[in-house]
Amino acid sequence: MSNLGTDRVKRGMAEMQKGGVIMDVVNAEQAKIAEEAGAVAVMALERVPSDIRAAGGVARMADLTIVEEVMNAVSIPVMAKARIGHIVEARVLEAMGVDYLDESEVLTPADEVYHLLKSDYTVPFVCGCRNIGEAARRIGEGASMLRTKGEPGTGNIVEAVRHMREVQSQIRQLVHMSKDEIMTFAKDHGAPFEVLLDIKERGRLPVVNFAAGGIATPADAALMMQLGADGVFVGSGIFKSDNPEKFARAIVEATTHFEDYELIARVSKGLGTAMKGLEIGTIAPEQRMQDRGW
Amino acid sequence: MTIIGVLGLQGAVREHIRSVEASGAEGIIIKRKEQLDEIDGLILPGGESTTMRRLIDKYDFLDALKQFGQSGKPIFGTCAGLILLANEIVGQDHAHLELMDMKVQRNAFGRQKESFEAKLEVKGVADDFEAVFIRAPYVVEVGTDVEVLATFNDAIVAAKQGHYLCSAFHPELTDDHRLTAYFVEMVKTSKKELAS
Repeated sequence: MSNLGTDRVKRGMAEMQKGGVIMDVVNAEQAKIAEEAGAVAVMALERVPSDIRAAGGVARMADLTIVEEVMNAVSIPVMAKARIGHIVEARVLEAMGVDYLDESEVLTPADEVYHLLKSDYTVPFVCGCRNIGEAARRIGEGASMLRTKGEPGTGNIVEAVRHMREVQSQIRQLVHMSKDEIMTFAKDHGAPFEVLLDIKERGRLPVVNFAAGGIATPADAALMMQLGADGVFVGSGIFKSDNPEKFARAIVEATTHFEDYELIARVSKGLGTAMKGLEIGTIAPEQRMQDRGW
Repeated sequence: MTIIGVLGLQGAVREHIRSVEASGAEGIIIKRKEQLDEIDGLILPGGESTTMRRLIDKYDFLDALKQFGQSGKPIFGTCAGLILLANEIVGQDHAHLELMDMKVQRNAFGRQKESFEAKLEVKGVADDFEAVFIRAPYVVEVGTDVEVLATFNDAIVAAKQGHYLCSAFHPELTDDHRLTAYFVEMVKTSKKELAS
């Protein structure tokens, strides 16, 4: 007798990724560079977030040929993104055997009211969050892993920091609350009561929480780890830099040794130029990816 | 106090520490090879074996880990840790620590959607162990010195060779600390033997 797709199996998969770097790749060659550099997983995409931003229009699930090529190219887990609420994109990626799905605000949402009921799937999901309300709602829907959203494709860490600090500070607040205050906290944050109780009892989120959206340098990655991230997603930061291979390796090392400043100094030297960054204020409100999701 | 290190380069480190502490030993995270001198036994956790190997090479950990094992101090590898211990990996020219005489297959049960949990008999440990398998490897062949402790559908999923222990599943993801406690006992015994 064996059971597939249990909470332990789905959440456990994310536990195995801790302390690691998950890298966005758009083809088999990039996937191999990422694996060789020490990525714990790759996210197979048609375009990295900064290119999605530049291209405009509707961003959908990646070309499945690319996803398949990436799956065949590496032995580490392969993740892929489905549009928020797009049941069929998610089911198709699951059927292909993708190891983890990201119901992602980087793509254009398919549903502006409902997210996927992720507990229905055998494949585990990661979802974005900016605060404890979003985190708890996604967990309530069955997400097995979270990532703070940041602002994808900007190479600007400020939103990632804002969201990680917000989530961590709200967890601390919740943990120190008396039990009779929690229902009102749930109401104020639009968060399911039972998930909040679970967080309070554990003293932390019941699932792994990575940082994403704006990490461009080894120091950025280490900063997010110090703020309490379990690991990092690097999207455009690697393959939009001068030297992807070196950047990838350096970010992996800085994530492992996020408190070893001499090491971070050493790996940060001679990397060349990081991806070009974008000031958040210059992004039109309707172009902000972090505001997608409900 | 018996001190058990958990290799902390990447993976499920915190869970192993918790399990070691629940089994009555002190757990510390090992990030630098110099720290190996401070511990009586070592756990190689689950995670991504390719990532761990890259970091092991980067920090010159490989020989230090081999010497740690060869000095007689116990090592317990779970999942990726089992792969690190094996002396042969199906489809690869090179293995990693080569401390256990066994041939292993990576991702042997399939991709994540084939990951599962099942109750297993683990010889000398439990007859109803809740085993969580995540993109798990299994052992294809073992040498004569290796004792098989558990199988699932005829595949070897836990084994012991002298002071080395391995499992393809993740005891640290459950509240069942019996396999970790078994390892803690191995460490205590070896500590006495090495001292005498």
